[in-house]
Amino acid sequence: MTTTALAITERRPGLLGWLSDQFWRHPGMFVLLLLTPPLLWLGIVYIGSLLALLFQSFFAIDEFSGIVDYSTLTLKSYAELLRPANLDIIVRTVVMSALVTLASAVIAFPIAYMAARYVRGKWKALFYLGIMLPLWSSYLVKIYAWKLILAKEGILTWVFESLHIGFVLDGILAIPVIGGNSLSVSYIGTFLVFVYVWMPFMILPIQASLERVPVNLIDASSDLGATPQQTFRKVIFPLALPGIIAGSIFTFSLTLGDYIIPQIIGSSRLFIGQAVYAQQGTAGNIPLAAAFTVVPIVIMGLYLWMAKRQGAFDAL
Amino acid sequence: MTAAVSLQGVSRHFGIIKAMDEVNLEIASGEFFAMLGPSGSGKTTCLRVIAGFEQPTHGHIEIFGENATGVPPYRRNVNTVFQDYALFPHLNVLDNVAYSLMLKKAPRAERHKAAEAALDMVKLAGYGTRRPSELSGGQRQRVALARALVNRPKVLLLDEPLGALDLKLRESMQEELKSLQKALGITFIFVTHDQGEALSMADRVAVFSGGRVMQVGTPEEIYSKPNSRFVADFVGSSNILNPDQVSTLTGERRWGSLRSEAVRLAPEAGSALAGTVTTKNYLGATTRLGIDIGGGSIHALVPSGQELPDIGARTGVAFERSALHLMETEQ
Repeated sequence: MTTTALAITERRPGLLGWLSDQFWRHPGMFVLLLLTPPLLWLGIVYIGSLLALLFQSFFAIDEFSGIVDYSTLTLKSYAELLRPANLDIIVRTVVMSALVTLASAVIAFPIAYMAARYVRGKWKALFYLGIMLPLWSSYLVKIYAWKLILAKEGILTWVFESLHIGFVLDGILAIPVIGGNSLSVSYIGTFLVFVYVWMPFMILPIQASLERVPVNLIDASSDLGATPQQTFRKVIFPLALPGIIAGSIFTFSLTLGDYIIPQIIGSSRLFIGQAVYAQQGTAGNIPLAAAFTVVPIVIMGLYLWMAKRQGAFDAL
Repeated sequence: MTAAVSLQGVSRHFGIIKAMDEVNLEIASGEFFAMLGPSGSGKTTCLRVIAGFEQPTHGHIEIFGENATGVPPYRRNVNTVFQDYALFPHLNVLDNVAYSLMLKKAPRAERHKAAEAALDMVKLAGYGTRRPSELSGGQRQRVALARALVNRPKVLLLDEPLGALDLKLRESMQEELKSLQKALGITFIFVTHDQGEALSMADRVAVFSGGRVMQVGTPEEIYSKPNSRFVADFVGSSNILNPDQVSTLTGERRWGSLRSEAVRLAPEAGSALAGTVTTKNYLGATTRLGIDIGGGSIHALVPSGQELPDIGARTGVAFERSALHLMETEQ
């Protein structure tokens, strides 16, 4: 034996070797390096364009020439939003978003609960696959598929007819406002497709939050005299609330901004997304389109503020 | 008098694993009862069966003479202190303690008063507005205890209650649990893997192994008269003598146990047993010697201050005949 191991080994050769040593000595440098690109992106590209958009909304279009007047700042576009026709669009979109969110949460919770509590190993992988699989196919293809399902001569009508309960469908379609000539041109249809398309965005956060609730908290609650229903109300639901809020942020904001689903499935009554699309495209009214875009941002801000006040994030 | 908890032939199987196998136990009212065993011996499963978190596969459970088989936990007047305390993170300390009273729809002022009193009992008065995450391990343990006791249960179950605490805290908590149990007169059943804890705290101890109860008795009985090699080995540091060794000493072919503290060093000549010193561990008040007597080794606890043989030296071993306990079973 002639070689003796040194107590300290040589630095690894090259720039990378030097860098590894430097990063070890100054961990802050490494964090800075990791954070810089996303911060630049968020700061300049995202927040910057958002501010530009906000700025746009304070101009107004000249009604006669149809040219945007960039010389004066005005609240005219916001006043425009309050016109009954535009207010209708806002109310319609917000109500739809709220209902879609509520329905998604109600449907998603049991699925998420089951996945978090009872599914293990390869079945869990299968669960994730089942939840994510719809996201792999094109959004447009799915929506057109739903059009075929919901159309007057579509699959759903055929099923109801074959079971000799066609009158149920007719009854549903006869309901004023939400009914219509067929499901594919009614609010019910729009609602169903929204719920279907956004469902994974609700299930996954709820499942993640339930996954973090220790089983022995449920045992403890039961031990202290809580019936399963009480345990749900007092322990499981409050602890899952951050997940539900996270999921509802997705479903609510996605519905607020979507313009394709109501375009393909629904009546001709507009949603905010469609209004933005129409205003900045055919109408060329960028300020009004910008003002419309500010609406979901404000609503989401209010929603989060309320959720925080209700203590939705206390368990985080 | 009816037993506080009575298990009759209770088994709990998880697939092919018999976590509890034909367990029979009678725990008297007002007793401080310990279930002792290594991990996987079935003691925690037994506790969970009494609490109602697990259903027995076979057998029958009674709590104060009432049938508890098939009764869910929320209908049993039995409360549990969980190993990791299981405090509700979204509630403050006072609401954690008052949880069971809230479920019973007790008026707010009343339940807060009761919770304050319970916190006072565990010496945490004034901590009500804190969150569990702001407390130390020992404090959380006390909150868990107050929460389980606020309702005055018929039986209190404690799952490794002191396992996560450091030595000093553990010792003071042992004292406190004992005096609390005396003051309240509630039946305490606790699970532990620490024989010292079981022996010092409990009125009676059940030793578990492989899902079975090996022996039930007072700490004295368990310690000095183990009925099996497992109990002798697990409870304290006992020397186990095989039938050959025992027969040379007594003429009887039985397994024997011999407490280390009963073993004295003696001149080799004239001693029934002798061997070579192989290990030497200084323990403070005593020194533990390992002596290879051929066909097994014997440990001797020698009081400090005595002159000790070196490792490798030969020595004789002596003890009172009465210190050698002959075991009934072959196991």
